[in-house]
Amino acid sequence: MSYIANPIAITIFLAFVGFVLGMSFYFARKAKSAEGYFAAGGTIHWFVNGIAFAGDYLSAASFLGICGLIATMGYDGFLYSIGYLAGWIVALFVVAEPMKRLGKYTFTDALDTKFNSKGIQLLAAISTLAVSLFYLIPQMVGAGVLVTPLLGLPHWVGVIMVGAIVITIVATAGMTSTTYVQFLKGGLLIIFSTLIAVMVLNKGLTTEPRAETFVPKILQLSEQTAVAKVTDEASGLTFVKLEKDGLANWWIVRGDQLEEAQSKTVTVAGDTLYNGAPKADNKFKAVGYLTQLLDEDGNEIKETGKVGFFKYFASIGRSKVVRYPKSNVAKFEDGGDHVKVFCPVITSGSDLLVPGQKFKTKTPMGKLNFISLMLALFCGTASLPHILIRYYTVPSQRDARKSTIVAIGGIGFFYVLTLFLGFGAMTMGVIDVESGNMSAPLLAKAFGIVLFSIISAIAFATVLGTVSGLIVAASGAVAHDLVSNYLGIKMTDQGKVRAGKIAAIVVGILAIGLGIAFKGVNVAFLVGWAFAVAASANLPSIIMLLFWKKTTSKGIAASIGIGMISALGIILTSPKMYADLYHIDPATALHGLNNPGIISIPISFITLVVVSLLTQKKEK
Amino acid sequence: MLHEPAAKQEKDAASDWKAKLGIKLFWLYCLVYMGFVGIAVFATEIMKKPVLAGTNLAIIYGIGLIVFAIILGLVYNHVCTKKEDEMNNKEEAK
Repeated sequence: MSYIANPIAITIFLAFVGFVLGMSFYFARKAKSAEGYFAAGGTIHWFVNGIAFAGDYLSAASFLGICGLIATMGYDGFLYSIGYLAGWIVALFVVAEPMKRLGKYTFTDALDTKFNSKGIQLLAAISTLAVSLFYLIPQMVGAGVLVTPLLGLPHWVGVIMVGAIVITIVATAGMTSTTYVQFLKGGLLIIFSTLIAVMVLNKGLTTEPRAETFVPKILQLSEQTAVAKVTDEASGLTFVKLEKDGLANWWIVRGDQLEEAQSKTVTVAGDTLYNGAPKADNKFKAVGYLTQLLDEDGNEIKETGKVGFFKYFASIGRSKVVRYPKSNVAKFEDGGDHVKVFCPVITSGSDLLVPGQKFKTKTPMGKLNFISLMLALFCGTASLPHILIRYYTVPSQRDARKSTIVAIGGIGFFYVLTLFLGFGAMTMGVIDVESGNMSAPLLAKAFGIVLFSIISAIAFATVLGTVSGLIVAASGAVAHDLVSNYLGIKMTDQGKVRAGKIAAIVVGILAIGLGIAFKGVNVAFLVGWAFAVAASANLPSIIMLLFWKKTTSKGIAASIGIGMISALGIILTSPKMYADLYHIDPATALHGLNNPGIISIPISFITLVVVSLLTQKKEK
Repeated sequence: MLHEPAAKQEKDAASDWKAKLGIKLFWLYCLVYMGFVGIAVFATEIMKKPVLAGTNLAIIYGIGLIVFAIILGLVYNHVCTKKEDEMNNKEEAK
């Protein structure tokens, strides 16, 4: 899709980002000590901290990724909402209060309180860094995704912009400003998402597509002269190229008829054409609409009008939806040109309201991937370093608990809204076939440019806030755990803050690079990986330290190391990695598992138990 | 210097009691969650059945899991706060 920058959008966006930066500098003055920098001095009110928790958590993955997945794949996106929230149960009931009793700035400290072992310090710091980086990738990808439609800038500019702003925030202010940025943005995100969900319900469902939505024309094959004809082996479809008004475009052969398709062509000369014309000509349209809608008695209707909460889903269940999933993109060569044709699928609404479009739960590997994902999401939350450090920003255990519940309430409410945002985008024809990640902001655009700008600015702030939190966690790991504890370099309080800031800049630059490399991969999916690494590396140590008396320092160190390596190993050799990053045929991947949790989490637990049992005597 | 907790540590007589309650509630939620995953993977067709106002089981169960988490959280907080006050007051009275 072509995106044109709009003055209102730019003004609202800049005002918002300016405000966030201003706030950040204001709080910077309060963060001179190490305690102030890494843990906001332990003085944040529990309600503010709770919403900030929500702000941290409702990252680009939730707002852009989950809504995008629901918009393109239906219910399977909502599985992430369910899993992400369920993880908080582990955080609240199992980890929150004991962690608060044990630790100080970082997760490593909590482990360290009991053992003070060099091995743990090193491995826990590395795992914090690894998880933070994995979590940073989707946020940076999300940033690039956002600035494209908002400011009309390319992806990489967005990534660099976010990187630069965040490095400024973190390097000047630390945890206090990060907390207030998160509070503001978490609150606004929930309020405005509610507004959009209400607007979706008020509009209801209709089979009348919007003027901006792509609806294919149908022609008789016999009346046309094709310039080229290609049969795509993978999809079994035949395509013909027709020339009209000097523009060449691809049509799908359906019996004796031709169905218009949208295409992207990279020519021999290196130009990219959308539907035969340059991007700026705006020939490429948004997709997704209903072809059929039935009322309760099975009669065909044109629109439902305003609907309530339950009736919305019941009505979708009785509809047929035209979608353009990524799996239905035909790729072939035409005289040296690389052509991608986006082909529609008509899916019955009742199939979109159950799992199965993304996770093929009918095959054994599909079942395994599904269970693995749900396990990693469940176990991951409590092991995310940037979530854990937030327990240290409130004054007491009771406050830690209360803020966790505020967080669960806010996040849970938002996750219910993702259903309306996702299905709203799917049925209102706002989806960009090239990037599902943009579905929620584009849905807002269907309701007006002002709402779109506000939502995009919030989403951008979301990215800023989450990235800041992650970078604080990562820089804490480097400055406090690695340099000060592991290497034993004595630093003054100021020296520690300075080391943290330098680390923040390095991690920020690394994140920029990765954000550019992973363009186009769904951000919720990428976060699933971060959860898997976190759950495999950190959760077994946290749980066993709290509940198993025989746990030894070597057991913990081994579990963190093995958990991290096995999770990363499975991810790096997975079909998804082959397809999206290495650009090799995913069928040649070493295994079929895209979600490592089901293997790596048990391995990490077993390692901890075995090594602990083997090292019992030495510890005594 | 940096190894003391950022927040002041308080004595808490109720901490063991809270930990046990937490684990119980965790297993309760875990069971309901596993039920969801189990149905989704092994009996997807059941997920299609309408259960409430024409809305299918998948949506109701999914939203139900989210609401259940919030309710459990509120119950836990309420019970814990009560118990903390009760037990810590007793401790002080001793």
